[in-house]
Amino acid sequence: MSAVIAEHGHDDHHDDHAHGPEKGWLRWIITTNHKDIGTLYLLFALAMFFVGGAMAMIIRAELFEPGMQFVNPQFFNSMTTMHALVMVFGAVMPAFVGLANWMIPMMIGAPDMALPRMNNMSFWMLVAGVLLLASTLFMEGGAPAGGWTLYPPLVLQTGKALPFAIFSVHLLGISSIMGAINIIATILNMRAPAMTLMKMPLFVWTWLITGFLLIAIMPVFAGAVTMLLTDKFFHTSFFDAAGGGDPVLYQHIFWFFGHPEVYVMILPTFGVASTIIPVFARKPLFGYSSMVYATASIAFLSFIVWAHHMFTVGLPISGELYFMYATMLIAIPTGVKVFNWTATMWKGAMTFETPMLFSIAFVVLFTLGGFTGLMMSVAPVDFQYHDTYFIVAHFHYTLVPASVFILMAAGYYWLPKWTGHMYNEKIGQLHFWLSAISVNVLFFPQHFLGLAGMPRRIPDYAIQFADWNMVSSIGGFIFGVSQLLFLWIVIDTIKGGTGEKVTDEVWEDAHKHGLEWTLPSPPPYHTFTTPPTVIPCDHD
Amino acid sequence: MKKTKQLFVGATLTAFGLQTAQADYALNLMQGVTKVSNDIYDLHMLILWICVFIGIAVFGTMFYSIYHHRKSKGHKAANFHENTTVEIIWTIIPTLILIGMAIPATKAMIELDDVQESEMSIKVTGKQWYWDYEYLDSGVHFESHLDAASEKAHRVDSIDPHTVPHYLLNVDNPLVVPVGKKIRFVFTAADVIHSWWVPDLGWKKDANPGFINEAWTQVDKPGVYRGQCTELCGRDHGFMPIVVIAMEQPDYDKWVQTTLAKQNEKPDLSDQSREQLMANGAAVYLKNCVSCHQIDGNGAAGAFPALRGSAKVTAGIDPLIGFLQAGTSRMPSFAKLKDNELAAVITYIRNAPELGNKVGDEIQPKAITPVYDDDDK
Repeated sequence: MSAVIAEHGHDDHHDDHAHGPEKGWLRWIITTNHKDIGTLYLLFALAMFFVGGAMAMIIRAELFEPGMQFVNPQFFNSMTTMHALVMVFGAVMPAFVGLANWMIPMMIGAPDMALPRMNNMSFWMLVAGVLLLASTLFMEGGAPAGGWTLYPPLVLQTGKALPFAIFSVHLLGISSIMGAINIIATILNMRAPAMTLMKMPLFVWTWLITGFLLIAIMPVFAGAVTMLLTDKFFHTSFFDAAGGGDPVLYQHIFWFFGHPEVYVMILPTFGVASTIIPVFARKPLFGYSSMVYATASIAFLSFIVWAHHMFTVGLPISGELYFMYATMLIAIPTGVKVFNWTATMWKGAMTFETPMLFSIAFVVLFTLGGFTGLMMSVAPVDFQYHDTYFIVAHFHYTLVPASVFILMAAGYYWLPKWTGHMYNEKIGQLHFWLSAISVNVLFFPQHFLGLAGMPRRIPDYAIQFADWNMVSSIGGFIFGVSQLLFLWIVIDTIKGGTGEKVTDEVWEDAHKHGLEWTLPSPPPYHTFTTPPTVIPCDHD
Repeated sequence: MKKTKQLFVGATLTAFGLQTAQADYALNLMQGVTKVSNDIYDLHMLILWICVFIGIAVFGTMFYSIYHHRKSKGHKAANFHENTTVEIIWTIIPTLILIGMAIPATKAMIELDDVQESEMSIKVTGKQWYWDYEYLDSGVHFESHLDAASEKAHRVDSIDPHTVPHYLLNVDNPLVVPVGKKIRFVFTAADVIHSWWVPDLGWKKDANPGFINEAWTQVDKPGVYRGQCTELCGRDHGFMPIVVIAMEQPDYDKWVQTTLAKQNEKPDLSDQSREQLMANGAAVYLKNCVSCHQIDGNGAAGAFPALRGSAKVTAGIDPLIGFLQAGTSRMPSFAKLKDNELAAVITYIRNAPELGNKVGDEIQPKAITPVYDDDDK
């Protein structure tokens, strides 16, 4: 340790080369720098967003009209399964880990992440996991086609791909756990002395809580899929009634993982929204401490509501009622968050740059997804909604115009900081409006389809569902193509953007809202080599 | 043009939050034809309106703020960031609303769950990919497959689904129930999990292999009610619909009698012409074999073997009969097929030009030897 410090002192007098990045492509393989790894995560997530999106385009093309046109039903099922797995484990989760890598050290006044080598390992294990998963597409019998939930006995009918898919889940799980440990260790150990817990930006808070969720749930999922593996290859009967097991047991285990898992994707979303909205409202975040407590309550509740995904599976009446009441409770802390964001905007001096536009759209459209969530928390009514397009509409509202929109917002918000260049605001706003309109054309009609009786995960449908499916597909195609604008903006901004040199704080008075805006744009390779003493804190 | 107009009407109605009564253009949950389905509909509407109300309040406030509190209008930002009173209010009010929702929801849930005092029972077994219905009181027992017209239409590119009546929502043998009687359903599955859903009855219930689930209904209005499997169950998940016909008691009694009579009829094992064998064989194939082996006999690589050019199909007849009757670890036994059906389908798969096989023989029902005997036959 002392040697490192001595070397550090030495460098200060001469040159910085020992502390700069490795030259050439090897930099991106062996890097232990939080910014490099953050960039890798974000670019990988963006690539997977397009891969998963391409699968969604295949799904929407097949559903454009009644009849089977492009793919066979088995491949269709593989597409719905892989679309979900790639988007959840390849795009949304890694994107938030990428943001955490980039932003948490900068937000808490640290030089880097606490465990930089593990950081590198968790990224490359993610790549290995996703590539292994993608390779199942080319295996005999096709990729897994039993839905992303991998329910037995159906998933056990998968061809050669099954053990590979299970092993890829293991790798993704290990990667997530390592990422979570690193984030927790960084937040708890690396804060600048003046950065007390209740001064931390909400993004840091939500990631701290998300980190604990991940550590708690990923081993559970790994256990569940390992039981699938032994049921298939080692003659156990965890999920086979013929040997004394129970297929519904898998669903309980899966959703004990699965419900917190969906909050893994939404809690950091809340954090970013709480970071962006105050800056563009030019007002402190309303109800900081209630935001923290609401996040913690939502995380706690996420562990005790899992069977609301299973209302029709044949639960005893006491179970139905308990899970209904517990689920309804989630509306309270979630409501508090929405009210707080609204109150943050209230009497502000708002401007509407692209990050703010995406954030406002997030608040509105996430709330729509929350409403349908409230509707389906009511168990008897869920006996109608369950496994229909109403559900598909619900969770896509909470994922696409919520998590994905906020990831876009985060991209626009921090790209100038990361690159030192300003993105093209006109194209950004065009991207926003195209996305915001088409995402509703895409998903809103799916509510009608579900209520009218269209089940999810079907490759073909009755004639009365034709019109809204066509509308939804058109929305889907527009949404898909619009995202190419974002790709263009990312590349353009990295290459120089508008050519306008951005200031340290980029956004007006942003330095009042977060430490990252006190750093140069782009920030130095090692963030804070000495802890900052003045902590911007707008809530006390 | 009609479509554009419909779309416009649909969009307009949505915009005003109205419901349309057009049967083929539903925007809202159907009310259904049972008391439970109506209670569920009412509950759905109650919560929907609560959400609409909250939505108007929250989004109204937000958009007021977005319009008025903008920098371009010269609005100066206030600096408040806390207000304990409003924070308590907006925690308590949602709590009260939730309690208000939970009370009717609990009532409906208990009602939905109460299968006691039912007057008849039907056992429903989900199978890949059809339903099997067994009336536990009268002994009526049959399979319900997707009807032949839809089956062909989704497999053959040249058939336009729009020309098929009730495309994908029609079956060969519908479930028939009497009106005004409390019917208890027991659900199970033979292979993977399925889920039985008829929206007009107000619920769905999973059919889990190796376990029994219960549900009940009492249909008050005679009519035809359609639904589908709602738990992903593999390749043909989208092609196992449900049709329930509710009829008055006397009609139902008559249906039971004729169905039982047909069920107990001895199959006609007399010799058939080659054309008859091929036609009957094609129908049996479409119902029982096509899901896996496909309409062109090519199967699916890595999952289902091809019949086209398969030695198993074109070699000796006796091993083939034994194979079909016994099944394998991957293929179910088709011992349920009667001798005349077996003879027809064997003739068909050995000779059908659409499967690319041409052995040039035929087998008559009487020649089917009981390699693997099934008690039910």
